[in-house]
Amino acid sequence: MKTRDLAYIALFAAVVAVLGVLPPITVAVVPVPITAQTLGVMLAGSVLGARRGGLALLLFLAVVAIGMPVLSGGRGGLSVFTGPAAGYLYSWPIGAFVVGLLTQLFWRRLNLGWAFLANVVGGILVIYAIGIPFTSLYADVPLWASFTGSFVFLPGDGVKALIAALVAVGVRRAYPVIELPARQPAHR
Amino acid sequence: MTLLALYSPRPGALHRTPAGWKLAALAGLSVLLFAVPELPVAATALAVVVLLALAGARLTARQVLAQVRPVWLWLAGLLAFHLVVTDLATGALAVLRLATLVLAAAVVTATSRVAELVAVIEWLLAPLRLVGVRPGRIGLAIAMTLRFIPLVAERAGRIREAQAARGATRPLFLLLVPLLVQVLQLAHTTAEALDARGADDEAPPRPFWRRS
Repeated sequence: MKTRDLAYIALFAAVVAVLGVLPPITVAVVPVPITAQTLGVMLAGSVLGARRGGLALLLFLAVVAIGMPVLSGGRGGLSVFTGPAAGYLYSWPIGAFVVGLLTQLFWRRLNLGWAFLANVVGGILVIYAIGIPFTSLYADVPLWASFTGSFVFLPGDGVKALIAALVAVGVRRAYPVIELPARQPAHR
Repeated sequence: MTLLALYSPRPGALHRTPAGWKLAALAGLSVLLFAVPELPVAATALAVVVLLALAGARLTARQVLAQVRPVWLWLAGLLAFHLVVTDLATGALAVLRLATLVLAAAVVTATSRVAELVAVIEWLLAPLRLVGVRPGRIGLAIAMTLRFIPLVAERAGRIREAQAARGATRPLFLLLVPLLVQVLQLAHTTAEALDARGADDEAPPRPFWRRS
């Protein structure tokens, strides 16, 4: 991996951290705030692609784990990895990877629609598919209960996917970072 | 914007314990709590962890409570849910287990220096040399992230000011495209500067399938 890729990965880990500073919206019924940090998951995949996007979120989690309060609300440290909503955290690198994979797949014809699709699948479906069963297993509640509990986040996540799609198309035009394998030298 | 780690410098016995041991103990504890779903086990574990937090890590009672505060709504909701759907014993077990793990993890964080934890991460990733990864680059990446955080925040503020000066009151997300383009260029320049100083001089280890 080139130093440039490493810098891009570190940059998006930082972007996710900065998005955590934006004031979270708290919904009364669910004890998890709606934050802009999953927007960072979508952006990392959309801009950097699968491998670097996933690694950016892994790096972000490493920064959280060593005790930096970079999760929304100034949380951090190892305790967030043992909390009931930790499954959502674990899902972030995978979500970013899937967003990146789909973005690369659609790269040549990427428009708002395709970018939105990539972000909905990777940034919403994948994250829910991991976070919901995790909470259910970990806190010993049936699947339906943790399933209905997460629906409060759906409208917010939809808006985030739309924003991420707009940004993905804009950045692709202005400063494309993703290179398709065909254009890369063979030895990489 | 400065970033203060959640490390709490105190002369506790746990501060002198190597971070790797504490992390191994934490992992062992989480396995134990889920492998043996018994109320007395969970209650004892919680008592031990609280004792360690107060005596071993020299945290104050207030600090201990502050660690559990972000999840207390979860705990209360969980207990209420189990009272309605199952029974008190199941609910108490789930709550005790969660509280124990959250507190234990917080104790490890409060007693381990950032540099020590980074060293543990590099040690854990050392086997990845076999597939061509340089574990030493993790430390570099973490350092870059910590440097980029205030930088990204500062650039965002600057673009907002520039847009406001032109009388453009645009929604916040329209800031993202110019911001990302600017910081991507910045990251590119940083990488070139690092390479010029020899950051990429150590050749990556050969993956095992390319070794002869």
